[in-house]
Amino acid sequence: MAEFDYDLAIIGAGPGGYVSAIRASQLGLKTVVIEKDKPGGVCGNWGCIPSKSLLSMAETFHSIKSLEAMGVKVDKTSFDYQKVHARSRAASDRSGKGVAGLLKRNKIELLSATATLTSPHELQLTTAEGKRTVTSKNILIASGSSPRVIPGFEFDEQQVLSSTGILAMDKLPESLVILGAGAIGMELAYIMNAFGVKVSVVEMLDRVLPLEDADISKVVESELKKQGITFLTSTKASDLKKSKAGISLQIETKSGQKSKLEAEKILVAVGRSPNSANLGLEKLGIAIEKGFVVTGDYYQTSVKSVFAIGDLIASPLLAHVASKEGEIAVEYIAGHGHEKRLDPSLIPGAVYTEPGVGSFGLTEAKALEQKLDISVYSFPYQGIGKANAIEKAVGLVKIVCDKKTHEILGGHVVGYSATEMIHEILLARKAELLPEDIASMVHAHPTISEGIMEAMRGIEGWAIHV
Amino acid sequence: MAEKIQMIALSPTMEEGTIVKWNLKVGDSVKTGDVLCEVETDKATMEYESSQEGTILKIVLDQGSTAKVGDMIGIIGAKGEDISAIASSPAEASPAASSDAKSASKANETPASTVQASNQDSNHASGSTKASPLARKLAADRGIDLTNVSGTGPDGRVIKRDLEGQASGKPAGQSPSASTVVSSGQDQKIQVTGKRAVIAKRLAESLFTAPHFFLTSSVAMDNLIATRNLLNKQVDPKSKVGFNAFIIKLAAEALKRHAAVNASWQGDHILQFGSIDIGLAVDLGNGLITPIVRNAANKGVYQIDQELKVLIEKAGAGTLKPDEYSGATFTISNLGSFGVEEFTAIINPPGSAILALGEVKKTPVVGENDQIVVASIMKMTVSCDHRVIDGALGGRFIAELKALLEQPARAIF
Repeated sequence: MAEFDYDLAIIGAGPGGYVSAIRASQLGLKTVVIEKDKPGGVCGNWGCIPSKSLLSMAETFHSIKSLEAMGVKVDKTSFDYQKVHARSRAASDRSGKGVAGLLKRNKIELLSATATLTSPHELQLTTAEGKRTVTSKNILIASGSSPRVIPGFEFDEQQVLSSTGILAMDKLPESLVILGAGAIGMELAYIMNAFGVKVSVVEMLDRVLPLEDADISKVVESELKKQGITFLTSTKASDLKKSKAGISLQIETKSGQKSKLEAEKILVAVGRSPNSANLGLEKLGIAIEKGFVVTGDYYQTSVKSVFAIGDLIASPLLAHVASKEGEIAVEYIAGHGHEKRLDPSLIPGAVYTEPGVGSFGLTEAKALEQKLDISVYSFPYQGIGKANAIEKAVGLVKIVCDKKTHEILGGHVVGYSATEMIHEILLARKAELLPEDIASMVHAHPTISEGIMEAMRGIEGWAIHV
Repeated sequence: MAEKIQMIALSPTMEEGTIVKWNLKVGDSVKTGDVLCEVETDKATMEYESSQEGTILKIVLDQGSTAKVGDMIGIIGAKGEDISAIASSPAEASPAASSDAKSASKANETPASTVQASNQDSNHASGSTKASPLARKLAADRGIDLTNVSGTGPDGRVIKRDLEGQASGKPAGQSPSASTVVSSGQDQKIQVTGKRAVIAKRLAESLFTAPHFFLTSSVAMDNLIATRNLLNKQVDPKSKVGFNAFIIKLAAEALKRHAAVNASWQGDHILQFGSIDIGLAVDLGNGLITPIVRNAANKGVYQIDQELKVLIEKAGAGTLKPDEYSGATFTISNLGSFGVEEFTAIINPPGSAILALGEVKKTPVVGENDQIVVASIMKMTVSCDHRVIDGALGGRFIAELKALLEQPARAIF
């Protein structure tokens, strides 16, 4: 009889947990996944997937304008956000069922329970039927994160919403204040604005998408402004007050000017906090810093049989990061470990506004801060034939590379299709291709990807369409 | 139609060859199989048999010149044919040029099986080092030879991180490695070709990738010397068995008993060889070569000695075939004749160990009853690849070898 019930027990069936489970099953590990909610995690249920569904519908709704430009008359009076919402929930359901199906096809047991670690190899499960214990040679924790709460702005999910709350909402507010101009805040601002909600975004830092390259932020801010969103950057928010009519808060600019901001609802999107509590980690002596579980190579915690990945640890809180970290940990557990940790310079980020953003690696400012000798080139979307033809000629492809070796250090695309296009540049970095390799590669005409070829040519000093 | 005569790969690892001598001159007619010239490859001097027919119209590279595989060394065609077009074309012409393609395919059809085989091998091996474009650029900038760098990227590709810590290959002032004839006081640049380049490349690769450790032991050779004298009394004086044959035989026996030493590191697995093939380093004056006694454990000392004599003769004449010098599973290097007491040798891949023998010297030693006696002592050092052989295994192996050398009769024990 085997020493343990399983080779690997995974807590959480989000993009970190379920991908790890499938990889483990491929590598021959007897695997169980424990999930207290629906499979798919935040990504499938209250994040990536339903928001992309909303986004697609928002774009369609927004494109009514182009239909009108063709002389088509559209009657919007029967527009019903409840139907929109129902479709986004259907997308979530499909995603969750897809995950459950994948687990089943890979012969992975999915248990509906909450789990607590009671020893390095033992989990106590609380299910609808009661408590029970499972043992496993290794344990992978992928319990994810929750919307971050800031004092004074606690979620009630009626008037003060988290990203989960706004995705659960089936009626549009007339007006909305969004706290935080990161990826989540910006995407929801874009969606709500497209559906006709009056949106104001408050950001403490001096620009939207503060983690992106400054040139990227500029394009997104100015374009979304044109679409009707109000941006209040370098602005602090305080004194949230709720009344029957809506909410009000005090805002203060950097120069100290104070004013009042009112809206029907407020969305607080100031980041996410790791779900590291109530797992029994402290009792096992697993180190936790600022809520994040501390891991070493292969995402191993201070207890050798316990691994932690995804939003739970201090790495970018992105679904694809969690999946990759899980793969690395599982490959190590299965004795196939090559990669020790995910190289942060190879993690793409995506913002699904329109224009959208795809980026990775060093921004120009970060590279200069590190005193690197760099070459930078930005190719504008106006130089891309296809972008002009389809009236999406706003955006740019920016490449940051080492001045001497031309090693690609960062890629930043803002504009139509940016979230898809970034991968060509990222592949080049990963495979250690040089700008000249892409510059000389034939790209089909007319495509948006020609912009990447042109940016690389720009680095080499011979962009054609400028 | 005139065609180029190209340098072809005459050994599996040959990347370039030096034309030692042209056997034909301009105007001579050539039939398939005729020896065009003699070429010094990385390992031996080989005859270049023509795969083309016609008349030699031009000799492009004179004897003493070196050509990379594929370079034009001459032109063949019909008598009196105009060769100006072909003669002026660059050495590395596009493979799409019909004459090139034709001659290349003809070379592959060569009936001489050894040439054909080595051709194919070389196509395989000389696929040049895999490296990312960035790694190539960095290596070029810093003057690093990528063939000396082991890659950790996908499929063994050299990537940027593999170049970290690699010393720049650009020497401050290029100085010859072996300058025995410097008299003018001036530095002399000695072109590195053939054997020297391969020795440099392979041994650097071995030492810098295989973690070496060394075990030394003193061996009392008196019994072996006596055994050899006894056996040699019984044979024709002309066929007296050499000392090295005994060592090869007993080393093979020790390897048989510790098969884990007769193995090779293969990156993701260890290959334990089914046969014990022992190479013996032979000095060639301008390099060295390791002819191999195959399957030595299953051969008698006499047979080993006979084979060794033929191999060493061939080595001296530069006529060893690739399969006679490549793929030793264990190697022996003996510098005793130079009065070297002891030394450490660099492992000869694909083997994981090499035995370095010093001179046999009469030495006072402490005998069994604490008296001082005179013994013929030889110091031997085994270099082991730690990826394959751990200290204890190396220790067991050298102890076994010592016991066998001290008591040769143990071989049948």
